[in-house]
Amino acid sequence: MHELGIVFYIIRDVKKAALENGVEHVRAVVMNIGEVSTVVPDYLTDCWRWAADKEDMLRGCDLRCNIIPARTVCHSCNEEYPTVRFGRKCPHCGSDDTVLLCGNEVEIKEIEV
Amino acid sequence: MDDVKVIEIKKSIFEDNDRDADELRAELKRKGVYLLNLMSSPGSGKTTTLIQTINKIKGRIRVAVMEADIDGDVDAVKIKDATGIPSIQLHTGGMCHLDAEMTRQGLDNMPMDDVDLVILENVGNLVCPAEFDTGAVRNAMILSVPEGHDKPLKYPLMFSICDVVVINKIDVLPYFDFDMKRCEEYVHMRNPHAKIIPICARTGEGVDALADWLIEEVNNWKNQ
Ligand SMILES: Nc1nc2c(ncn2[C@@H]2O[C@H](COP(=O)(O)OP(=O)(O)OP(=O)(O)O)[C@@H](O)[C@H]2O)c(=O)[nH]1
Ligand SMILES: [Mg+2]
Ligand SMILES: [Zn+2]
Repeated sequence: MHELGIVFYIIRDVKKAALENGVEHVRAVVMNIGEVSTVVPDYLTDCWRWAADKEDMLRGCDLRCNIIPARTVCHSCNEEYPTVRFGRKCPHCGSDDTVLLCGNEVEIKEIEV
Repeated sequence: MDDVKVIEIKKSIFEDNDRDADELRAELKRKGVYLLNLMSSPGSGKTTTLIQTINKIKGRIRVAVMEADIDGDVDAVKIKDATGIPSIQLHTGGMCHLDAEMTRQGLDNMPMDDVDLVILENVGNLVCPAEFDTGAVRNAMILSVPEGHDKPLKYPLMFSICDVVVINKIDVLPYFDFDMKRCEEYVHMRNPHAKIIPICARTGEGVDALADWLIEEVNNWKNQ
């Protein structure tokens, strides 16, 4: 359900960008999807197929997902580490005072026309 | 073969919504209307809590409710019957959350000149509503005892954006292994400033604290 909602936002933004660039048909949309964004790329592409084919401008248009690895930085020891493996607790010093650096993206990177 | 041209976009899909939400908040400020976004899992007691709370505050401030659901209008009818205040039903068209644009459309159908507080009962779900700013002044959520005290660990975003966490169904505490102290600890890990209010919406126990907090919030919003 979540992915379908997101697809509607992508369609809206892509159509807007296409109009601004005088494009009549979009061949592909490339997304940046963070590892911890809560978006499941497979569901997203399934929902995309269903919804995009209902739009003249997007019929047959592919959606591709770049996965952005999630990284966290620790404020106690300033080390960085991969979020998915270690979560919120710093594997270097055990501190909970950590902040996600990247990996939360749900972003339209580019369109191919 | 014709050439493929790449147009760089680099835009978060939340960007437009965040802007719409900020605009809506500014407009609410001008009108002196306070919007509360209430979220929770399905069945944790949003509608029951609203009825109890509204019946305590409706003599002191003017309240209206917007019920957001994927379909149906049982909650809007229930609120209207039990409290007599204006209540409308919004349908999300299959979406798992409400965004700022949908919230604005709902508010357009509200008597905005005659209300101080609008409460939005968001779609029952701990994931998606947390990602979309509705334009509300504050976010509140209800966690009910049967759901377990570990929810702040499993749904970190939801707990980090909520200013108030209501813990409902405390009447059933004896039957569950819900640990109130641990729950408070976990909530504060996500948001050190979150206010925690334990209640029983069935009997009304604890609801005064929620009502008083709301009245104070609304008065501050109107006067500052
Ligand atoms: N034991 C107990 N049951 C409660 C309490 N509050 C609500 N309930 C019951 O929990 C069920 C769900 O309550 P609702 O108020 O409809 O919950 P909701 O969050 O609005 O549900 P949805 O809108 O469907 O997501 C109902 O059967 C209520 O009677 C409480 O404090 N104690
Ligand atoms: Mg309800
Ligand atoms: Zn560290």
